[in-house]
Amino acid sequence: MQIIIGGLLVIGALLGLIMAGKGDDSVMRLHGSFILIASLGGIFALIKSAYDNKEKPAQETGYMDTVIKYGLIASVFWGVVGFLAGDFIAWQLAFPALNFDLPWTNFGRVRPLHTSAVIFAFGGNVLIATSFFVVQRTCRARLAGGVAPWFVFWGYNLFIVIAATGYLLGVTQSREYAEPEWYADLLLTVVWVVYLLVFMGTLAKRKEPHIYVANWFYLAFIVTIAMLHIVNNLAIPISLTSSKSYSLFAGVQDALTQWWYGHNAVGFFLTAGFLGIMYYFIPKRAERPVYSYRLSIIHFWALIFLYIWAGPHHLHYTALPDWAQTLGMTFSVMLWMPSWGGMINGLMTLSGAWDKLRTDPVLRMLVVSVAFYGMSTFEGPLMAIKAVNSLSHYTDWTVGHVHSGALGWVGFVSFGAIYYMAPILFGRKQLYSLKLVSLHFWTATIGIVLYITAMWVSGILQGLMWRAYDSLGFLQYSFAETVEAMHPFYVIRATGGVLFLFGALVMAYNIWRTARGDVRAEAGVPAPAAG
Amino acid sequence: MDYETVRDFSANYGLYYFMAIFAIVVVYALWPSNKKSFEDAASIPFKDEGPFTEDDK
Repeated sequence: MQIIIGGLLVIGALLGLIMAGKGDDSVMRLHGSFILIASLGGIFALIKSAYDNKEKPAQETGYMDTVIKYGLIASVFWGVVGFLAGDFIAWQLAFPALNFDLPWTNFGRVRPLHTSAVIFAFGGNVLIATSFFVVQRTCRARLAGGVAPWFVFWGYNLFIVIAATGYLLGVTQSREYAEPEWYADLLLTVVWVVYLLVFMGTLAKRKEPHIYVANWFYLAFIVTIAMLHIVNNLAIPISLTSSKSYSLFAGVQDALTQWWYGHNAVGFFLTAGFLGIMYYFIPKRAERPVYSYRLSIIHFWALIFLYIWAGPHHLHYTALPDWAQTLGMTFSVMLWMPSWGGMINGLMTLSGAWDKLRTDPVLRMLVVSVAFYGMSTFEGPLMAIKAVNSLSHYTDWTVGHVHSGALGWVGFVSFGAIYYMAPILFGRKQLYSLKLVSLHFWTATIGIVLYITAMWVSGILQGLMWRAYDSLGFLQYSFAETVEAMHPFYVIRATGGVLFLFGALVMAYNIWRTARGDVRAEAGVPAPAAG
Repeated sequence: MDYETVRDFSANYGLYYFMAIFAIVVVYALWPSNKKSFEDAASIPFKDEGPFTEDDK
């Protein structure tokens, strides 16, 4: 495996050099230099470890946890960056002057930075870190592939840096949640294949006869994202030295491909992967096995078979054939059942241990995340019904829905996993402070509530204003009037975002102190033993 | 084979395909003799306690 990774790094260095020297535009040359530097760094690290191991053979025993520790730090860092970017553009919507009339701080460029930073940089690092954590502990085997997990971590974060800097400099494919250009997509494809091999290799080494359900969800996430990423990003660059490419699809086929990808980014990245977290970390933290393992099997197969068909609900009342819209709507409604089956399974895991919610804020975070999961997976199918969609689509209601899922479900389940893993990974007995976890929990919860209620009111108001006619059959409101009406809700939303961001900063401080080995003297809080 | 035929075929047989898969999954999950192995599987997260080493075979 070392040789393959070494070969990939040499190829990366050569391609990076060509891009840096021959690129048509400055962004291509900049990204080429990033790839060159990262590849040379990787080659240096490989050679150094080979020399070190010559003198003292590497300890290839135990779990490979250092790479997970890096993943945890990267998750916290990107989380703060992504939430900050999101809150910045939330204030921009309330006060447009905040775009400073600069191209780099324009809403259109910072918005994909925000979505990619929270979904792929924060969420992706959390998923990679927790999947490595969970697969080793449920298979009781060390990660496969030698240095390959390191390649996955650094390669993935290089992709993030290339994507983020590209957006700010104006390089984009303009595909929702898939904005990085063709060369970044190719880099991610290589990294993702190595990730899949590491994960499957570890499963193959397992000492357990059964593959625990969390790993099924992680595997579905990795395999499906590979498929979605490749199909959605089929594109031809205008030249091999240009950062600009055009999609192979056009028209309604292109729209459907994009939303087949886009909705499954929600279904397999933001749901299946994080359900893997739920199925491991909630039982571990509650110290009880999952409520029903049989239900988890039905949950898994029903979820992955249904989710992949739900995408067309993003294209109601468009040029997409009517039957395809109805199909998307029907599958979205059917998703109610596996989603709620999974939610019940997660919540009922606590049956007989509900008192732990009072004393353990980490478990509270995990459990509230599942409650948010239930809420947003109830709201989603509702909004996919055509009649509801005719009111909700293109309004802030959609934005509120996404954030109840993203902040409430994905955010909280990730925070819970981060708080659970931190003492174990840094070799500490406990977190620095459970009171600060509690503070994080409450500020973030109030932030989410402000956010989603503001967006419900704003979205429904917006939808109703758009469809209001006067007695003569003219539209009652001009578009600018609807924008003006939303201003107070935008301020409330951005305020909620400040609270959520504050919570994340508290978490970063708490994790930093935990890493240093500090423990805050706190009265009245019985500290549950870590691990 | 025109568009309508293909659409009609996939709509109908897609339904049967999904129904069959779902039935298989439910039967597999509820099959009485699988109960024991699922209960064991549910306890997997609690088996890794203590420092683990690769020699721990």
